[in-house]
Amino acid sequence: MIMGAFLLLTIMTAFRILSRNRLRAGLTMLGIIIGVGAVIAMVSIGEGAKAAVRAQVASMGTNVIIVLPGATTVGGVRGAQGSAVTLTMADALDFKKKIPLLSETAWSKRDVMQVVAGNKNWNVPVNGISPGYLTIRDWSYSSGGPITQVDMDAGARVALIGQTVVENLFELGEEPVGSAIRIKNVPFKVVGVLAPKGQSAQGSDQDDIVFIPFTTAERKVLGTQFLGSVGALFASTDHPEDLPAAVEAIRDVLRARHRLQPDQPDDFTIRTQVDIGKVQEGTSHTLTLMMFAVASISLLVGGIGIMNILLVSVTERTREIGVRMAVGAKRRHILAQFLIEAMTLSLVGGIVGILFGVVGARATTMLAGWPTIISAESILIAFLFSLAVGLFFGLYPANKASRLNPIEALRYE
Amino acid sequence: MLISCQDIWKIYRLGDVEVQALRGVSLDITRGEFVAVMGASGSGKSTLMNIVGCLDLPTKGGYWLDGLDVARAGQDELAEIRNRKIGFVFQNFNLIPRTSALENAQLPLFYRGLSLREQRARAASALARVGLSGREQHYPAQLSGGQQQRVAIARALVSAPSILLADEPTGNLDTESSREIMKTLERLNQEDGITVILVTHEKDIAAYALRQILVKDGQVVSDRSGTPHALPLTPHG
Repeated sequence: MIMGAFLLLTIMTAFRILSRNRLRAGLTMLGIIIGVGAVIAMVSIGEGAKAAVRAQVASMGTNVIIVLPGATTVGGVRGAQGSAVTLTMADALDFKKKIPLLSETAWSKRDVMQVVAGNKNWNVPVNGISPGYLTIRDWSYSSGGPITQVDMDAGARVALIGQTVVENLFELGEEPVGSAIRIKNVPFKVVGVLAPKGQSAQGSDQDDIVFIPFTTAERKVLGTQFLGSVGALFASTDHPEDLPAAVEAIRDVLRARHRLQPDQPDDFTIRTQVDIGKVQEGTSHTLTLMMFAVASISLLVGGIGIMNILLVSVTERTREIGVRMAVGAKRRHILAQFLIEAMTLSLVGGIVGILFGVVGARATTMLAGWPTIISAESILIAFLFSLAVGLFFGLYPANKASRLNPIEALRYE
Repeated sequence: MLISCQDIWKIYRLGDVEVQALRGVSLDITRGEFVAVMGASGSGKSTLMNIVGCLDLPTKGGYWLDGLDVARAGQDELAEIRNRKIGFVFQNFNLIPRTSALENAQLPLFYRGLSLREQRARAASALARVGLSGREQHYPAQLSGGQQQRVAIARALVSAPSILLADEPTGNLDTESSREIMKTLERLNQEDGITVILVTHEKDIAAYALRQILVKDGQVVSDRSGTPHALPLTPHG
């Protein structure tokens, strides 16, 4: 209560002094306004970009582990990644047995092939998949249904096609489900159309795809070096935090199955969606950091502006400080008064800056079409930051004021 | 004894030169006195008043104010003593500009941490005592010199101090306003028993006091008491 009256009156006085010199206060606050506005706009653009990347990564299926074959080495010449045929469906079946952390396992092999429907043709990656693949990759259907274990066991000639394939092989309004297509001259029945996923994080079209049962692919379409050899293995866990443990378990199982000695390198590569996402987020993180640096410089300049105007104010009001000291103000009272004035300046600047930042972020979304996210967190941080700028840059002038000698201050002309 | 100065010395060092502003001043003032301190500029009267007003500390010697050993007080204690025991009135009024008369009069209470309501009530009654009722919301610039000085007196009175220390209170005022201010101080001294110490170099102003102290070369050279109207330079009849 007692301190309350002092604070209240000091804050009121600070506002009165600011409103008396509106132009001066406005110019002083400009640095803080620009700095805070930039921080808010930048962070919301950065967050928006991150969220977009996360959404893309999630569209590939969450908690996914991908195992790719390693490279062959023939006479010292290493082949491309995946050139070695070292992974089999038996590996995947073994994971499922030995690693309880995994909720689902699957395998696939792929090749780009010509697909024909009626008088149209289209070259498209054809994936032979085990049914678990659709679950792991989180595909859904805009019409029809999935490839089932029954299709798999029977080696059925059924296909799922992506939206891009539909657009290239079928007329508008034509129903693809139930119609016939030919892949490498083998007739297939379309049993489902996949719901669109859009671009992958790497920029490839995820909807330009055809899925057929793995067994059918192996025997009738893609061919194989030996039965059961696969292009990639897939596994998923229920929780993202289980991914690292699952990756290690898969590595152990595979090394044992492939009879690798401890000094031999892995003949396969394990990737998770987390790794893929990290690269993307790293890019936007760098961008955010750079923008943060720009904003920090602006806040620094703003802080120096506040310090400057406060030093002017201390000089202008030397007599007032002397009077306050004569009637009983202690050092800490004078210190508090000028600190509160500095923080009022920076805080008002900060609030205006937050408004500008929010408007700026909205404008970016509307004009440039970039996704932006204005988080309460970033507003709170900007608010506290401007308070801290006021406190930090107010300290020197306030300290200077509080150390004035009352006799000299009273005599100051 | 309200004020007791014993062998006070104040020595400044300006580079190699040692300046003895006060050279062994001893002075006693009792409660309810009206004292004028006179002296030419450079006589040391300002230094003496700064020490009496607890704005400065003596280099040597003792100063007791209302039983408090001021000479040994720290900066915060001095501020506290000024706040509770001393009311200042300055030659140039020293009101805070663009701040209402009421808020100016409130200032000492502001640092005492009283509730806002009590600050306002006491400041309003102090303004009433100097005849400024109804002017609470006026800014200093809207008041005449005499009125401004009365706001300053109200500010000095508001904390119910032991001493009212008036440093050339009429120095910036015309004759009529000067008379009003001196009458106000006289009334506060006579009716309310407030101890008034007046610093002036004008004999007719000093004549309002019942005791005149003359300072010269850092020492008290004369200290005499008398009724104001018995003095030869009685002002305004």
